[in-house]
Amino acid sequence: MSDDEARLSTRKRVTVPKTYKLYVGGSFARSESGRVVAVADADGAFRANAAKASRKDVRDAVAAARKAFDGWSGASAHNRGQVLFRVAEMLEGTRDRFTAEVAATEGLSATEAANAVDTAVDRMFWYAGWTDKLGVLRGGVDQVAGPYTVHSTPEPVGVVGVVAPRQSSLLGLVSVLAPVLVAGNCAVVLVDTELAVPAVSLCEALATSDVPGGVANVLTGDPAELVSRLASHSDVDALDPSGADESLRGELEETAAGSVKRVLDTPLVEPDWSTAPGTKRLRALTELKTVWHPIGE
Amino acid sequence: MTEPDPNPLEYAPALESATVAALRERYRPFIGGEFTDGSGAVFSSVNPATGETLAEITGSAESDVDRAVNAAEDAFRGHWGSISGTDRAKYLFRIARLLQERSRELGVLETLDTGKPVRQATEFDLPNAAAWFLHYAGWADKLDHAGFGPSPAPLGVTGQVVPSNFPLLLLAQRVAPALACGSTVVVKPSERTPLTALVFGEICEQAGLPSGTVNVLPGDSESGASLLAHRGVRHAVFTGSTEVGERVRRDLAGRGKRVTSELGGDGVNIVFADAAPEEAVRSVVEGAFFNQGRVRCAGSRLLVEESVAEEFVARLRDRMAELRVGDPMDRNTDVGALGSSAEVERLSELVERGVAEGATRWTVPATPPRHGDFMAPTLLTGVQQSMSVARREVFGPVLSVLTFRTAREAVTKADNTPYGLAAGVWSEKGSRALWTARELRTGVVWANTFHRFDPTAPFGGRGESGNGRVGGAAGLEAYLDV
Amino acid sequence: MADSPSSSPPETRPPGELAEATRDEAALTRFLRGLPGIDAVGLEQRAAALAGRAVKGEAKLRAIDRAVGMVDLTTLEGADNASKVRALAAKARTPDSRFPDVPRVAALCVYPDLVTEAVTALRGSGVGVASVATAFPSGRSTPRAKLAEVELAVESGADEVDMVIDRGAFLAGEYGRVFDEIEQVRAACGPAHLKVILETGELGGYDNVWRASWLALLAGADFVKTSTGKVSPAATLPVTHVLLRAVREWRDRTGQSRGVKPAGGIRTTKDAIRYLVAVREVAGPDWLTPELFRFGASGLLNDLLMQRETQLHGHYSGPDQVTVDL
Repeated sequence: MSDDEARLSTRKRVTVPKTYKLYVGGSFARSESGRVVAVADADGAFRANAAKASRKDVRDAVAAARKAFDGWSGASAHNRGQVLFRVAEMLEGTRDRFTAEVAATEGLSATEAANAVDTAVDRMFWYAGWTDKLGVLRGGVDQVAGPYTVHSTPEPVGVVGVVAPRQSSLLGLVSVLAPVLVAGNCAVVLVDTELAVPAVSLCEALATSDVPGGVANVLTGDPAELVSRLASHSDVDALDPSGADESLRGELEETAAGSVKRVLDTPLVEPDWSTAPGTKRLRALTELKTVWHPIGE
Repeated sequence: MTEPDPNPLEYAPALESATVAALRERYRPFIGGEFTDGSGAVFSSVNPATGETLAEITGSAESDVDRAVNAAEDAFRGHWGSISGTDRAKYLFRIARLLQERSRELGVLETLDTGKPVRQATEFDLPNAAAWFLHYAGWADKLDHAGFGPSPAPLGVTGQVVPSNFPLLLLAQRVAPALACGSTVVVKPSERTPLTALVFGEICEQAGLPSGTVNVLPGDSESGASLLAHRGVRHAVFTGSTEVGERVRRDLAGRGKRVTSELGGDGVNIVFADAAPEEAVRSVVEGAFFNQGRVRCAGSRLLVEESVAEEFVARLRDRMAELRVGDPMDRNTDVGALGSSAEVERLSELVERGVAEGATRWTVPATPPRHGDFMAPTLLTGVQQSMSVARREVFGPVLSVLTFRTAREAVTKADNTPYGLAAGVWSEKGSRALWTARELRTGVVWANTFHRFDPTAPFGGRGESGNGRVGGAAGLEAYLDV
Repeated sequence: MADSPSSSPPETRPPGELAEATRDEAALTRFLRGLPGIDAVGLEQRAAALAGRAVKGEAKLRAIDRAVGMVDLTTLEGADNASKVRALAAKARTPDSRFPDVPRVAALCVYPDLVTEAVTALRGSGVGVASVATAFPSGRSTPRAKLAEVELAVESGADEVDMVIDRGAFLAGEYGRVFDEIEQVRAACGPAHLKVILETGELGGYDNVWRASWLALLAGADFVKTSTGKVSPAATLPVTHVLLRAVREWRDRTGQSRGVKPAGGIRTTKDAIRYLVAVREVAGPDWLTPELFRFGASGLLNDLLMQRETQLHGHYSGPDQVTVDL
């Protein structure tokens, strides 16, 4: 074998790189600011440039979420369930790719990463089944003393701003995004650029599984820079600070007080995302509506 | 046959006796199971209907807040925290019974302190306060079945700031679920209306409630702020205006406390052309003027379908003209006194501003007593969405009339406010009433009724009306670590 | 109905849009079905709330006298005879002989065959004589028999006729038939006042009571009356509210004043005062006169007299202080 031949046979194939964009209103777009951040592997090698969202991107994402809200919250629970089950199917179908991405992003072994991905798929599947059972979880018939029929039903809070977890890329993101979508809320999620690769792949799964555009918006960037915009935006109804640094929490709560925004009661230290989540987020992301009507002949 | 009587069936004043209230000269804070002198300034509580001083109260200073929170923490770690749900239930039941037994006394006292009509105090506020304790007595030993998983844990000490419009009822709505969950309570009643809360301390004593489980701190807004900010208070419950509520939330930000805020509203009644007219009129009037309109869920806006607006407003005026405005101690009085002269001033300004912005004012031809803080029910017609009276929380006897042409327009106008507490919808067509109820962005919708409350039915707002629910299993959630 | 317009006195013809409603059966049906609804729970709440109005002291005494003057003292038993009618007539003239200032009652209400006796016994007293008619209480007889009964009662001297509507026809939606019957009775009454008993306890709900009230008013009733007293429930406050609303709206639309008579089950002074409050608040103070409001009752009068004495003398009266009129 000649030297040339040897080089040819051992040379890796030159891959086609992917551009990691923001996911806003159902489209992938660069940040209006044109900023990007280099994303490295867990072992420090350059992987890609991720879009670095600006405050204006936050504003656009909130507008997209608000626009999508009526349709998504007005869809039947059955329909929302179908869409979210489809997301789980898509994740299952690209399990190997996610495993590789999660391993590279979080520096996990192949087995650990596969476990995280499997749990993420199962979590999406678990939440998908909740859409038409929220009425059992919260509310019901209120047995008032008087000739009235009274029932309380959970309704979505509205547009929810989320700071995605930093300790778990895919599983963490699914664990905070899915409960927002279950009840018919729309999400604007801030993801640290370091975790951009699996996040953008998740967006691709969302985009190809009938989740209407604008229902989930994912902005990669520096959450610390952007989250105050979410907290102060009066068209954002609730804030999930899961991935926000402890030092930011006080300021977030203070800013959110301005429009009486709901701030989810999440621990300062991120939990182990692989443990079963319970129903707390579903409760926190819904509002009860109690409707009275008289009963008379 | 007979001559017409010039005075047909006048309602002679049916005055309740003030002695029933068993007023004392001085009231003191209730801390750790004892009534002790507070270190704060002495202030007096005034009857807004007459301007008379009812009693003196020793206020609470920082040190009293400290003592009360410590007592509540001790009770939480000690006796109250260790007894069974069944025993907690029995204490709540005892409180309910005591409230029922002393309901006339407390009703009259509430009337003297707030200026609300005595018939309302004795027939609405008090029975409901007792009902709240009865309902939550039943929850205390059934928390495992409330939908929050097995053995939900109480949060700890709750600090509560209660407003002046329903002093005892709102206290009951917040104290009953807290106790049922196993939390202990420090409650600060409004400076203007502290009397029934302090008698409530006595009821806790009579019920044999372990000392420190409930503490009552009379005082001003500063005492309230230091109570909610106290490091021992795990859960801060604020009920009041959105403006103050936002400030409270800012103050408490980053302190790791749970904050429940039950704030203002800008309630609306939507009347479709096919509504049952008489009942709709009655409920619109009640919705706007019940408790002098000093209700956070008052229907201070009327949205009436354009095609029937003229006729409906005529009926509305007729019905409003029948409202009896005056002495709250008269059992025939429908509309009593406002909380203070400042309230009267604020509302007069709001009305004047409405008129300046183009609305037409009509006030019922009543002559309320001159010496108290009264305001005759007022109707503003020709109100537009953009006018300040349609944008703000009114919290007084002022009703604004707007019109709409389609159901969608009605919903859009109704929802076009940062608040989201309660709304009424009137239509004899079931599907339309339910559609409207679904579309409205409020926590409560009364379809073909208004101002209905029950301890089994969750009540609370969306958006800037706050985040809490009182009532039912949902009312437990705020007090549990779930 | 369209073929007998001339049989009805012209002054009972409703004006304008309401006349249109009586043009033919289809128009009448359209009108009645198009009436706005009544919300039962809201109605009952308002009735209960107004029942809490306190009328005390001097005002209560005047209310009692007013109520006495509105009583249609009634006896409608199988055992009624001339002596019972004479006893009640004496009571109607002078309800309480110890207190001559007690007003006389409005009318004595009897079966048609006792009208002559009542007229004789009450001559010159100013107390009216009312006769039930049209196969009271069921109304189940032939139209001819019913009309004949009305004519006989009026011939015997009845000032007022209390007819019952055909509830069967009403519930079957045969509004035209009910209308015609009332209109014919109205004509047969001549100068006598016509009270139309709806028998609300058989109508199945307030919406029907509301429609029946309008039907009776359109057909020329001077009074709408709740009940025969033979069916339970008889008069209730909410049902009386519905009738009062109807006469109020009737006046608003036509300028004509028509009356209301709750009957059956009103036994105590407390009840009576609650009804008066309802009259004042729902119809208006103008209705607080025997021309426009009556109580159909028998036992009520004695309770009013006992309460009157209590108000005057400050001690409780006993049943033997007032007369038992058998």
